[in-house]
Amino acid sequence: MARVVVDVMLKPEILDPQGRAVMGAFARLDVHGVADVRQGKRFEITLDGDATDAALADLHRMAEELLSNPVIESYTLRVED
Amino acid sequence: MKIGVVTFPGSLDDRDAARAVRLAGGESVSLWHGDDDLKGVDAVVLPGGFSYGDYLRCGAIAKFAPVMTSIIARAGEGLPVLGICNGFQILCESHLLPGALTRNDHLHFICRDQRVRMERTDTTWTNAYAEGEEIVIPLKNGEGGYVADDATLDRLEGEGLVIARYLDVNPNGSLRDIAGISNPSGTIVGLMPHPEHAVESLTGPSTDGLGFFVSAVNALVGSR
Repeated sequence: MARVVVDVMLKPEILDPQGRAVMGAFARLDVHGVADVRQGKRFEITLDGDATDAALADLHRMAEELLSNPVIESYTLRVED
Repeated sequence: MKIGVVTFPGSLDDRDAARAVRLAGGESVSLWHGDDDLKGVDAVVLPGGFSYGDYLRCGAIAKFAPVMTSIIARAGEGLPVLGICNGFQILCESHLLPGALTRNDHLHFICRDQRVRMERTDTTWTNAYAEGEEIVIPLKNGEGGYVADDATLDRLEGEGLVIARYLDVNPNGSLRDIAGISNPSGTIVGLMPHPEHAVESLTGPSTDGLGFFVSAVNALVGSR
């Protein structure tokens, strides 16, 4: 049973007000020296079997069409050891 | 003139949209998210709300609903579609309109009577307005910030595809104050504020919203 992790992040040029709010909380909690916080989504996908090329092709398609919106987001996909 | 109004799980404004269609002189037809049958409608409204709980991203799951498969195919052939609020988000997620709607820049859900200026009035959904006409209709969203890359924004402006722009304040961080856009042929329109809530003086801040629905009835009668 392979595990695949897809991380989705807003593209750098897209404003991330949630990340900015989190960064504001850092300062209020007296943690300083933080230049930026960006918030994303992490999907942990467990396959029935191995991470075959065909299975990964399906997951790349899902990452592109469902898990992320390529207009505003980018994703990375990796198979966990 | 039969105008379909789609109900997704989590739609809120489908009944108001259907009422607006009837007040404009059209016949409203209920369409169900799980049914790919468009029941012979001449146009479709995707109403506001929180389809599928806004899970993942607003509109991201709705775009795969059976009814959307039919609508996306037919929209490409010229079927008029108006997406309001969540419907606008669904149109962008479906790539029927460019760009995307993101979290309001100030993070607050906003609910206010919003003044907007009508900028393109030769579309299926805006022909009852005068160019430059200022209207007041309700706005209520948490993720209504319109974003697109600069090239897309320049193209929208250059081709005159911005149909409405926010006045007074930019309520949600939308780039270039964009409140609504259309496709080049003017059959598909996405709009963040809610014209269907401003069709009767008893319940709305104005009756300024009725024009969107009258426009569609006009356009459909004219095309027959």
